[in-house]
Amino acid sequence: MKNTMLLLDKAHIEGIESLEVYRKNGGYQALAKALKHFAPEEIVEEVKKSGLRGRGGAGFSTGLKWSFLAKPEGVPRYLVCNADESEPGTFKDRYLMEKIPHLLIEGMILSSYALGAAHSFIYIRGEYMWILNILQKAIQEAHAAGLLGKNILGSGYNLELTVAPGGGAYICGEETALLESLEGKRGNPRMKPPFPAVKGLWGCPTVVNNVETIAAVVPILLHGGDHYASIGIGKSTGTKLISACGNLVRPGVYEIEMGLSVEEFIYGDDYCRGIAKGKKLKACVPGGSSVPILPHYLVLETAKGEKRLMTYESLADGGFASGSMLGSGGFIVFDEDQCIVRNTWNFARFYAHESCGQCSPCREGTGWMEKVLNRLEHGLGNIRDIDLLADINKKIEGNTICPLGDAAAWPVAAAIRHFREEFEWHVTHKEESQKRNFGLAPVKAFV
Amino acid sequence: MNTEKHLIFKEKIPFSESNLSKAKEIIQQYPEEKSKSALIALLHLAQEERGWLSVGTMDYIADLLHIQPIEVYEVATFYTMFHLQPVGKHVMEVCRTGPCMLVGSDQIIQYLEHKLEIKVGETTQDGLFTLKTVECLGACGYGPMLQCKGQNHEFLNEEKIDHLIDSLTKSSLT
Repeated sequence: MKNTMLLLDKAHIEGIESLEVYRKNGGYQALAKALKHFAPEEIVEEVKKSGLRGRGGAGFSTGLKWSFLAKPEGVPRYLVCNADESEPGTFKDRYLMEKIPHLLIEGMILSSYALGAAHSFIYIRGEYMWILNILQKAIQEAHAAGLLGKNILGSGYNLELTVAPGGGAYICGEETALLESLEGKRGNPRMKPPFPAVKGLWGCPTVVNNVETIAAVVPILLHGGDHYASIGIGKSTGTKLISACGNLVRPGVYEIEMGLSVEEFIYGDDYCRGIAKGKKLKACVPGGSSVPILPHYLVLETAKGEKRLMTYESLADGGFASGSMLGSGGFIVFDEDQCIVRNTWNFARFYAHESCGQCSPCREGTGWMEKVLNRLEHGLGNIRDIDLLADINKKIEGNTICPLGDAAAWPVAAAIRHFREEFEWHVTHKEESQKRNFGLAPVKAFV
Repeated sequence: MNTEKHLIFKEKIPFSESNLSKAKEIIQQYPEEKSKSALIALLHLAQEERGWLSVGTMDYIADLLHIQPIEVYEVATFYTMFHLQPVGKHVMEVCRTGPCMLVGSDQIIQYLEHKLEIKVGETTQDGLFTLKTVECLGACGYGPMLQCKGQNHEFLNEEKIDHLIDSLTKSSLT
């Protein structure tokens, strides 16, 4: 079966980052078509029909999100693109923006038109500064060609597009923290409601969408929402960018049709080509560091023995007991030499570092989990520490303003659920656990 | 770089002329009365020029945006990319998060410490290099990696690090 690509099918063409080459290859046709033949609300309908779901991780229906946007008279509305891609394991948006920046710009113009925004923003993480420059160049080109600014392609529609950098904060990927940051403040998530659709940027109705979501609007408009919906399985329609990393022969960014089997993705010749160095698969985190880890026997098949597919539903099959989530598409693969305790500690350290500090359960809880896991990993743990972790977990989960608390709690809970023996082994075999230097090649002495 | 230290709390440190015009361009991208939105971009600009953000630099930016100095400090201290202390000429920020660790970032950090004869968080005596570890930089499939002066160095190994340090040292001498 040939894999359909809708976003990256032209990404390999030389010079595609320039407006000229992008246009020669069909670029901005969707925009021309939409401005000529579609009213804004018809675009929203088309996106609803496509079944497109937010590609940043939450998987919420994009058409529905758009239809929630409040439209009070005389108040500006904003579209903000979330290019803060910071979820460990996720580097798909970077690839798209680097390779084919005009796809995002075209998607931004289309989506802004659909939402009635006259000024839109792309908020990009500060560590992607070179991509900010790529985007700015693309915007200048689009301006010069009458694709941005006043009276776009003679349609009477006006749009300005601004790229804003972040300053290094995972939390700014959360949409209300992102808006705070875009207003020039600390990235502290806001209490909801009100949701950004009612009160967002500068208190005005705002839609925040991921890079890949906005880019997907282009093929949806070009080929129709029905065509997009015909790809994939059930409620997982269209294609998804997956960024594969960890111990793989061929890590990288792949565009897959929803419904590809996980087995084909990990071992297939067109994809990751198996585990690096001929080792065996130990575990997989299929949707970015926040989603539950799956042990090898639950990666390729669900607990019911069905083939595991790359869809929102199949990856979540079994709930948290034996499933995970598609999340952002950050697909992290562990080989047999990797230590789950060490990795869990690493991720806990990440969340403790990135907690904004607003809510006590998250600010204190992530720090505690990091300390306890650090102790376990370094052979100083106690068997009660494992239950202590589970206890801290429960006290963070659901008790915070934003989902960072959950994101920190879930991976720890899942690691203990599936790899409890490994945690216990670190306690019962303290010396051995240190000598074995789990997850590390033999340490060289550089003295 | 230390010459700026005695200026702390005393004088505002302005942008160079070219950066001032860049700053004005950035501010203009936002609606009137919303110029505070330009803050993070301006902090990047200042850090690029000065290497780090001193109180004098931040106070100047507060004036430029017509906001209180505290509004600048609270942002500069929140975001991890901003250096609030003088740093070496080349800041090496090595990713230490999970996916990079799976492919050997621990060893890369160790090797850099050995090679530069400093610990993470320190600066070499000649003021050329500062070594930092950072959380995920979005290069998970291309690790181990580090970022230096906004440029990614990916698929790192010992030879690549040797080469990088050599070329940065040489470029600093000329």
